Amino acid sequence: MKRRDFFKSAAVVGLASIFKPGTLAASTTAASKISVQTGVDMVAVMGGEPEIMLIKAMKELGGIGKYVKKGQKVVIKPNIGWDKKPEMAANTNPELVGALIKLCKSAGAVEVLVFDHTCQDWQKCYTNSGIKAAVEKAGGKMVPGNDESYYREVQVPKGVQLKTAKIHKAILDCDVWFNVPVLKHHGGAKNSISMKNLMGIVWDRQFFHSNDLHQCIADSATIYKKPALNIVDAYRIMKSNGPQGKTEADAVTLKSLIISPDFVAADTAAMKMFAQVQPTNIADVRYIAMAEKLKVGTQHLDKLNVKRIKL
Amino acid sequence: MKHLKNIRVALAILFFLPIFLYLIDFTGKLPMQMHALLKIQWIPALLSLNLVIIAILVVISLLFGRIYCSTICPLGIFQDISAWKSRFFSKKKKKFRYTYKKPQNILRYSILALTVLIFVFGSSFLVVQLDPYSIFGRIVSQLLRPLALFANNGVAAILSNMDNYSVFKVEQLSFVPVAFVITLFFFVLISIMSWFSGRLYCNTVCPVGTTLGLLSKLSVFRISINESSCNQCGACEKSCKSQCIDSDAMTVDQSRCVSCYNCLSVCKRSGVNYQFGYKKQKAEVSQTPADGSRRTFLLTSGAVISTLAFANAKTLTGQKEDATLTRTPIMPPGAGSIEHFNTKCTGCQLCVDKCPMQVLKPAVLQYGISGIMQPHLNFSTHIFCSFDCNICSSVCPTGALKEMPIEEKKLVQIGVAKFRKDKCIVAVDETDCGACSEHCPTQAVHMVPYKNGLTIPEVIENICIGCGGCESICPAKPYAAIYVEGNKTQIAANKPAEAEKFEKKIDDFGF
Repeated sequence: MKRRDFFKSAAVVGLASIFKPGTLAASTTAASKISVQTGVDMVAVMGGEPEIMLIKAMKELGGIGKYVKKGQKVVIKPNIGWDKKPEMAANTNPELVGALIKLCKSAGAVEVLVFDHTCQDWQKCYTNSGIKAAVEKAGGKMVPGNDESYYREVQVPKGVQLKTAKIHKAILDCDVWFNVPVLKHHGGAKNSISMKNLMGIVWDRQFFHSNDLHQCIADSATIYKKPALNIVDAYRIMKSNGPQGKTEADAVTLKSLIISPDFVAADTAAMKMFAQVQPTNIADVRYIAMAEKLKVGTQHLDKLNVKRIKL
Repeated sequence: MKHLKNIRVALAILFFLPIFLYLIDFTGKLPMQMHALLKIQWIPALLSLNLVIIAILVVISLLFGRIYCSTICPLGIFQDISAWKSRFFSKKKKKFRYTYKKPQNILRYSILALTVLIFVFGSSFLVVQLDPYSIFGRIVSQLLRPLALFANNGVAAILSNMDNYSVFKVEQLSFVPVAFVITLFFFVLISIMSWFSGRLYCNTVCPVGTTLGLLSKLSVFRISINESSCNQCGACEKSCKSQCIDSDAMTVDQSRCVSCYNCLSVCKRSGVNYQFGYKKQKAEVSQTPADGSRRTFLLTSGAVISTLAFANAKTLTGQKEDATLTRTPIMPPGAGSIEHFNTKCTGCQLCVDKCPMQVLKPAVLQYGISGIMQPHLNFSTHIFCSFDCNICSSVCPTGALKEMPIEEKKLVQIGVAKFRKDKCIVAVDETDCGACSEHCPTQAVHMVPYKNGLTIPEVIENICIGCGGCESICPAKPYAAIYVEGNKTQIAANKPAEAEKFEKKIDDFGF
């Protein structure tokens, strides 16, 4: 099985490099390395509780030990943007964050930091999202993101609009980080998934809004320090009135999880899942195509080895 | 008798320390219920018409004199501390060095009369500026709290460089130059007066002190000098920080005595008594200052009338005509109408200090002259009124902000968002933005199709609550494309319609 997968992915990579020379490089060195090693570019799980789905998916991806080595400093970046309870699906599922910390710890991580540059009162967001409690229970540490002094400027050489950005130092100083967004409708960017979640590692978000939001989101996905994995929480998704939602009626429970090292692939898959609930033209989520153009990843899921698991 | 002073000091510390810590606390760790200590202050109790507290304070004053000034009033204790500290800096290191001074009757009664009259005429200008509790609140908020934050942030910066985030940075945002200067003026004035002359401020400027002085003329227990055992050594006079004991004449000016009991503790011959002295004193009071008081009254009313004549009544009632201040100021939720709010708020800055979003700031002229120091909402990046928060209205000690449950607060419309398409990024640059709608908790600001697949904001005014999320985040510079116009009278907004529930079962990945 594994050997077959290996050949398959090798063939895919080979094909991709013939037809779209950019795509290979775009799916990033980390991504291509992983696909060569395990043959799985993406895992999608449906029908379980967050922790069980995560464990199943990580197994398919080759185990947490492939991403987190003993003694490493790990950062997890969920979406904690809003002062809303978990049932609203405005923030990443706290159980998922907790489960991921446990995995990282079991792989020997010395510390697991969790933060977001929130949109509302950060302390209330951390608390009311349930994430602070889950993180502390699992042995992780919440880090504030509310002050400019926590951010350092980095170059974004591949950016079209975004040439420099101030990134949270927790990300810059860690050994490995995981991007853990929640799948949501979004009034401005149309949808918020893994690339949109990067706005929470950046200090000046208004720059994004005033300089072509979609292009800046795509640009931010070209930063040198990429997450090991994008772990898209679709246990509960927000189908309307995003990104903060009005009531629980905006949330839909899908009990799903999509994981991929490829930003573009993860967001494409998540959009296809989202469109089943709220019909959306993926082309309107313009940053996805823009990121593909910047060789961040691929929208062609059929060319990737996608593992689908139903529990 | 001698231990009365110690009891007074203990009580003063018991009131002062929690009040001080509560006002300066920026971590939110101290319980919010501690605002009860501020509700028992005189002016807040009067303005919120808290009859129980008023009755208790009146009874205490009628029984024991100005206990309020000596134990409960934080500004009074602040002056005691200042006066006490000054001793260590004086050349002779003398413990007590006061001498009897004549009362500043014209000044104190004029100020009291002006304060009351202007208030009756509808402006709380002098109440705001002279309420002793509120002055103390502002001293903490404008002068001491920033120092505490500065220290905190220094520690936070050092720790965060060592990857320790147990102390986090708290931004200093509430700096308003006018509020700072006025507060600094009072701080310096009161510090100097108390440093050299004890309770001179309380007995000359403070309208609460003057009122309680009148009340304590009737008090049951009072300080008096026992002529038979007194040898006129002057120890009591020297120890009297109100400078109201005349040891030569062996008289005590009841109206200025703050019941600190220093005199009792220094007298070696039981020449100073604290006792039931109702009948005896009564005759005395009506005897001597009769002529003086009539003259004082005439002068006082003269001063009052001339001041009122000088001051433009319109300015005093807070109406403004300046065209540059076009926006109606945005009052904190629970303020009701602008008239109610401006009358009841004393600008103590408690809500400003406790606002977790730091969106409240002391007003300059947004409410007119009488509203200087009263809080208004001032939006800036990431700074807006938090949807799920009612802290300001729950801590307000004066009743200027009506306390209400969180579900009610979520529907209070403090203002309405106004959208200006000609400034919007979507229309000007033809790129997506939607930052305003993103931050709108009720989706009163929502995105509607524009052109080329773009969406542009639209406002449903009757569900907008004016929280300013949209204005705070709008990237259009320097003037936001969406801003909140304050409501002169806060009303209940409509409840936003719920989204349609999605009931269908999805069991396919979709890809």
